[in-house]
Amino acid sequence: MTEDSRHIVIAGAGHAGGSAAAMLRQLGWRGAITLVGEEPIPPYQRPPLSKAWLKGEATAESLALRPAKFYPDSTIDLRLGIRVTGIDRGAKTVTLSDGGTLAYDYLILALGARARRLPLPGVDLDGVLELRSAADADRLKAALHPGARLAVIGGGYIGLEAAASARALGADAIIIERESRVLARVACPILSDFFQRFHRAQGVTIEVDAQVTALEGAGGHITGVRLGDGRLISCDAALIGVGAVANDELAREAGLTCQNGIVVDLAARTDDPAIFAIGDCTSRPLPLYERMGRLESVPNALEQAKQAASLICGKPSPTPEVPWFWSDQYDLRLQIAGMPFDATEIVVRGDVEAGKFALFHLTADGTVQAVEAVNASTEFMGGRRIIARRKHLSRARIEDMSISMQELAA
Amino acid sequence: MPRITYIEHDGTEHAIEVPIGKSVMQGAVDNNVPGIDADCGGECACATCHVYIDAAWLERVGLPQPGSQEASMLSFAAVTQPDSRLSCQIPVTEALDGLVVRMPEGQH
Repeated sequence: MTEDSRHIVIAGAGHAGGSAAAMLRQLGWRGAITLVGEEPIPPYQRPPLSKAWLKGEATAESLALRPAKFYPDSTIDLRLGIRVTGIDRGAKTVTLSDGGTLAYDYLILALGARARRLPLPGVDLDGVLELRSAADADRLKAALHPGARLAVIGGGYIGLEAAASARALGADAIIIERESRVLARVACPILSDFFQRFHRAQGVTIEVDAQVTALEGAGGHITGVRLGDGRLISCDAALIGVGAVANDELAREAGLTCQNGIVVDLAARTDDPAIFAIGDCTSRPLPLYERMGRLESVPNALEQAKQAASLICGKPSPTPEVPWFWSDQYDLRLQIAGMPFDATEIVVRGDVEAGKFALFHLTADGTVQAVEAVNASTEFMGGRRIIARRKHLSRARIEDMSISMQELAA
Repeated sequence: MPRITYIEHDGTEHAIEVPIGKSVMQGAVDNNVPGIDADCGGECACATCHVYIDAAWLERVGLPQPGSQEASMLSFAAVTQPDSRLSCQIPVTEALDGLVVRMPEGQH
């Protein structure tokens, strides 16, 4: 591995950064790779944090992206507990939080996103939690014991998954949502209604149209969430899950174009040819939908890691993928293919009451933009294919269960 | 430790010893075998760990249960064949020592 003197620095050792390092070796990069991560542990998977990890069904080993020995074995210099603090594009160097400097030939920014903070009184009380990292998940896990009361501020995926895990652990969960329904920003009303009913049947309390005005405590620890209507929701811990903000400050300070994330092209290039950006911190082209967007998902992190590694290693660029997402709550598997931009019509295939259905989002001309599938993996997989092919489908054909997904996707 | 041979679509072979109890997918990921991305981490949610089971091993490994999550996922995976499996759903056992799996085209 010594015949190439070039050096790649990867800033951020999450799912995107860790995968980029591995992918570079898969594609034959023979130069040095330094992977710099702020957290004290090697790259790991975040999705299980709100599910299997909370419930004690995952181990540190099963969470790890790759075994610890993978990094030395692959000559990847993994530097943990350190942050990149500055980029000098002219000199092609980065400064590190430990005072060090690294020269790079290519720099890959995999800086991730952080939980959005709410400017609320009491937000610094003990027991006010967020969920992005393994350390966050451990704090939440410690608060979830039988009989404990968890207030979840924000009815998004993180909040719903944490509420489901809380119930599995015998804790009470109260979801407090500002909008009139949970998943308001990320799913359609039919899906919101389905998840609300399912969670309520599992004993979760859901407050919608509820404004949080303060977090109240005693002795420095949270005891309740004060709502706009004056009510106090008492709790032992509160999880704030109200979205994430791209960590793009480093790129901004270096003069790279940022707009709700670091702006990149389909090869994950920023406007500096030596600097790539991948994962949650990017705003990227969504070629199927002819616009830019920021995707917070593992598939996106891997796709962009592959895009950057392919270009750097001189390999053909990978075929653009249909964005997709998944969430597990109780025994429900939600899989979403595509994004419902410009959709004007929602068609239900399957039986919502039976908890096995898919929602097809169509534009006015019948193009399938997105498919939200609950316990309906065939519809999800078929949906990915239909969306990739920009197929048009009629309401009647989608609703007709005597027509197979194979036939619909053909 | 059972030895599993992963063959990339271009013919490159990777013979790897995989601890009992891990999945065939995990053996590939732990050793950075190209062609098995396992986006979902083994949740049977993504079909990016699709493999073809060598004919000599098909009976021992078995096929997914009809109507199972795996069967649904495979129904639309890229280039599915009768010997297709999702490798995250195959636990490594002593009986699989010598197993040979091949990766489909385009999975990488």
